Amino acid sequence: MKIWWILLLGGMATYLTRLSMILLFSRWQISPWLGRALRLVPAAVFSAIIAQEVFLPNGQMNLSFHNERILAALAATLVAWRTKSVLLTLAVGMATLWALQIFFR
Amino acid sequence: MAEQPNPPSLMAEFWRGVRAEFPLLIGVAPFGMIYGVLALAAGIPVAAAQAMSAVIFAGSAQFITTQLYAATPMLLTVLTIFVVNLRHLLYSASIAPYLQNLRPGWKLLLAYLLTDEAYAVTIAEFQRSANSGRASAGFFLGAGLALWGTWQASTAVGVFLGANLPQNWSLDFTLALTFIAIIVPTLKDRGVVAAAIIASLIAVFSGGLPYKLGLLLAALLGILGGYRLEEEK
Repeated sequence: MKIWWILLLGGMATYLTRLSMILLFSRWQISPWLGRALRLVPAAVFSAIIAQEVFLPNGQMNLSFHNERILAALAATLVAWRTKSVLLTLAVGMATLWALQIFFR
Repeated sequence: MAEQPNPPSLMAEFWRGVRAEFPLLIGVAPFGMIYGVLALAAGIPVAAAQAMSAVIFAGSAQFITTQLYAATPMLLTVLTIFVVNLRHLLYSASIAPYLQNLRPGWKLLLAYLLTDEAYAVTIAEFQRSANSGRASAGFFLGAGLALWGTWQASTAVGVFLGANLPQNWSLDFTLALTFIAIIVPTLKDRGVVAAAIIASLIAVFSGGLPYKLGLLLAALLGILGGYRLEEEK
């Protein structure tokens, strides 16, 4: 039973969060300074997610050379910068990670 | 609102949205499968595991729920889901200006589809083109529904395969790679680059904070820092 309460309340909380500002800004005009700040949202949020996934695998900080994700992420960054292709970035990133894991383990 | 002479049709934009989302689906599918496996392993019933992908529809919150499920009180789990999903407040605010002229029904529907991956593709498109109104709603709907279908299907595959899914392939890394592919090409001006660097640094050193609060802190300080550095120009 507990899981269904989690779904109901967690689902409502998530949906209302997603809806909140879309509805709020239906009535209010967004001031120019706020618009400029909001332009930075994608870069800030996604960079934070990437950084935690790469440097804190399994929630533990790992800045050492044995963290294969760091080199794999660097390779992926290079490919994303040169090609702008999501598919190539995924392919090179995973291939690099797997190669390093085989090589180092 | 005055329409442009030749506004792109809703359907054309819908399919453009689906196509733009497509590469991300390849990164999302393994993630959905891993979630399905973890949910069953945590003791969540099959029906609830599948329903969570439709009702909560947010990868990181669903993963944390599988971790908390066995030993955490219900309200604390809900609170955690809420906090982990607070970044959607920023997405909601940043996409709101482009949806201002839509009918309420559109807003209610599109808000449901406002996930990380649909937002990533849609905000990039909106910032590039100056489209607004129903055409842009079509693009968002296409990207959002493509992701929705993939998330439900990959959850089902994970639930079905269960423990037969290979565990040691580091498939969860596709999330980070997908976001790298989305964000790196947008790092073009000083404000955006500063926001990305500051947010990354703070995210690494605030990773120990509970409920993924470090993520929110990092994003907010990144935005603040990027904004200040942009002003100095």
